[in-house]
Amino acid sequence: MSKLELLSGNEAIAKGAIVAGCNFYSGYPITPSSEIAEEMARLLPMNGGKFIQMEDEIAGMGAAIGASLTGAKALTATSGPGFSLKQEHIGFAIMTEIPVVIINVMRGGPSTGMPTYPAQSDVMQAKWGTHGDHSIIVLCPSSVVESFEYTIKAFNLAEQYRTPVIVLIDEVIAHMSEKVEIFSNSHYRIKNRIKPSVRPEKYNPYNVAFGSVPPLAPYGEGYRFHITGLTHDETGFPSMKARIVQDLQERLIEKIESKLKYFSFYEKYMTDDAEIIIIAYGSVARSAMKAVKDARKVGIKAGLYNPITLWPFNNKRMRRFAKKCKHFLVPEMNMGQMCHEVRSSLYGKNVNVYHLNKANGELISPSEILTKLKGVMHV
Amino acid sequence: MPTIKELTRTGDLFTSGHRACAGCGGTIILRLLMANAGKNTVVGAATGCMEVVSTIYPYTSWDVNFVHNAFENSAATVSGIETAYRALKKKGKIKKDIKFIAYGGDGGTFDIGLQSLSGAVERGHNMLYLCYNNGAYMNTGIQRSSATPFGAHTTTSPAGSKIKGKMQQRKDLTEIMIAHDMKYVAQATPHNWSDLSNKINKALALNGPAFINVLSPCPLGWGSDPAQSIQIAKLAVETLYWPVYEYENGKYKINIKPKKPKDIEEFLFVQNRFKHLKNEKELIDKIRKHLNEKWNELLNKEKCTN
Repeated sequence: MSKLELLSGNEAIAKGAIVAGCNFYSGYPITPSSEIAEEMARLLPMNGGKFIQMEDEIAGMGAAIGASLTGAKALTATSGPGFSLKQEHIGFAIMTEIPVVIINVMRGGPSTGMPTYPAQSDVMQAKWGTHGDHSIIVLCPSSVVESFEYTIKAFNLAEQYRTPVIVLIDEVIAHMSEKVEIFSNSHYRIKNRIKPSVRPEKYNPYNVAFGSVPPLAPYGEGYRFHITGLTHDETGFPSMKARIVQDLQERLIEKIESKLKYFSFYEKYMTDDAEIIIIAYGSVARSAMKAVKDARKVGIKAGLYNPITLWPFNNKRMRRFAKKCKHFLVPEMNMGQMCHEVRSSLYGKNVNVYHLNKANGELISPSEILTKLKGVMHV
Repeated sequence: MPTIKELTRTGDLFTSGHRACAGCGGTIILRLLMANAGKNTVVGAATGCMEVVSTIYPYTSWDVNFVHNAFENSAATVSGIETAYRALKKKGKIKKDIKFIAYGGDGGTFDIGLQSLSGAVERGHNMLYLCYNNGAYMNTGIQRSSATPFGAHTTTSPAGSKIKGKMQQRKDLTEIMIAHDMKYVAQATPHNWSDLSNKINKALALNGPAFINVLSPCPLGWGSDPAQSIQIAKLAVETLYWPVYEYENGKYKINIKPKKPKDIEEFLFVQNRFKHLKNEKELIDKIRKHLNEKWNELLNKEKCTN
C-alpha cells in the first residue's frame, strides 16, 4: 500500500522525519527552512511528539541534544546564518556522541547573503564548521523523493553511530514540489540506538568493549551518567590523560570512517565507459544528468557521479573511477568547495579535474555544463 | 517637543518607496522615529521586515548612515559604533553630536537579540533601542515569538481542534528592561503620534541607553484590515491589551488611562489570528484576567513610585 503525494522538499523532510520516528523538534524560524518547522509544529502533536520553538538557533540545537539524551529522536532545521550559530552545539553532540539530525537548507552567504536563493556554500562548513578534529556524516539529496528518503536514513545513521547527522539541501530542492510515493510505515527500515544491557550501577556511557559505538542509556530509565564537552574517559567524567584523549579522538573519527561502506550512498550514470565524469550533488546533479544525456548526443562520452553521502567523502570510489577515466568536472553552486576534495582524492593520479562555479543565486543549467564539457573535451 | 507641523519640515529621513505591506505599523513608527531623530543619526537594524522592505536593491529608505547586521546583533553593532564615536570625539576628530539608534522586531529583540540588547544597556551605551513589536516572526512567515500573545494562531503555534494557538503568555520585555535600572523605558503605539514622538525625544535627549517598545499592527500576521491598523492600535490601548506608559528616573507614569476600558473581545475579534477563540470563553477569560492583573500591577507601580 502506498500513496502519492505532491510535496515540497521541506515538507518531504518533515514527513520523512515522522516516518523515521522523530518525536521532537526544536528550532527557530529562518528562510528558506521555516516550512520544516511549520510542518513539524503541525505533525508532531498529532503523532504524539513535541514541537518547541526556541528563542534562537543555539537554543534550537541545545534542546534537540537535550531531548535526544532522554531517548527522543530529535530534529532541528536551519539555514546558513543559523547553521553558523549551531556549530558549537554540533561539536558538543560529536564529542558527547548524542544522536541528532540537523537539516541545513543552503542559501547564499556569507552572512545574511541571499535568503531566498539557492547555494551549495555550506559544504565545507558542514564538515569543518565546528572546531576540533572530528568526522561527521553529511547527506545531500537532489530531489524531493530523496529528501524524504535520506531524512529517514539520517535518523537511522544518527542512532546507529551515536553522532549528529547533517542533511544538506539547497533552496531549490526545499521549495520545489515533486511527486513522492509514501508507503506504510512498516515498509521503511527504522533503526534505534543500542541501549545498555548492563545494570545501571555497571553502566559506563562510553564503554567501547563491544565496538566503537557505545550503548546509550536514555535519561529517565534509571541510568545515571555524566555528560560533558570536555575530553572524557569511558565513565564520561573529564580526563586530560594523553593516552585516553588520543584514544577518544581516534575513536570519534574511526567509528564513522571505518563504516563508510555501509552508508556511502551515491548515484552513478553512464560512468563505465565515460571519458569525463561529472561529479555533482544536490540540485546541480539534476542539471548534470541532463548535460550527460546531451553530451552523449554530440559524441562526448560523459558520465555522472552524484555522491549523496558527501561526508565522509569516498576516496576509494574516486580512485576506481580514475583507473579508466582521466577527466573530471565538478560543477557547484559555490566557489569550488568539493572540487578541492575531488582533487585531493585523486592525488598522484594522472587526471584532469575541471571546475565550474557559480555562487550568484542562479542555478547551473545543463547547457552551461554542456558548454564546459565541450570546451574541456575539445569538441 | 516638536509639533506635527514642525515634524513635517524635518524632511523625510525614512522615505517613501519602501516595500512594506499596506497598513504596516512598522514603517509609520520608523518614519516618526527619524523625523524626530534628525539627520545626524546612525541607525543599526536587525534582520526583519523593516530591514528587508526598506533596503531593497538598489534603493534605500534611509537618508542616514544605516547598518544591517545579522538577526541578533543590532544592539552589539551599534555599541561598537557608539564606542568608536566617543573615542574619536574625545580626541577631537569628530565635532558633531551624533545620535545612535538600534532597532529590531520582536523576534530580533525579545528572542535572539535579547542578550546583545541587555549587554548594550548594562555597558551604558548612548543609544535608543526601539522595538517594533508585531508579536511574531512576520518576515519568515508568521512564526510565534516570545512576544506573541496567548491564544494567537501562528504557523508554529497553529490553532487546531485540540490546541488553540499559542498557549503561553507573552514575555514582558518592557519590565525586563526596567529591571536593568535604565533611566528611560517606555511602551507606545503609533496611534498616538504625539505620545510616541514625545517618548522618542526624551529617549534621544538622554546620555545613556533608552528603550521603547512600540506595538506595531501587522495586517498580514494579525489577519486584520489594513485600513484599520491605527484603529486597532488604539483598541489595543483601550482594551488594556497594550498599556501606554513610561518609566523615567525610577518613576512609572501611565500616559493613557482609559476611563472605561473596552472589553478585550473588541480587540481580539478584529483579527483573524484570534478567530478560533470565538467560542472559547475560558481562554478569553484567561486573557482578560491576565491583562487585568498586569494593568493593576502597573497602577500599583505607578502609585508606589510617585
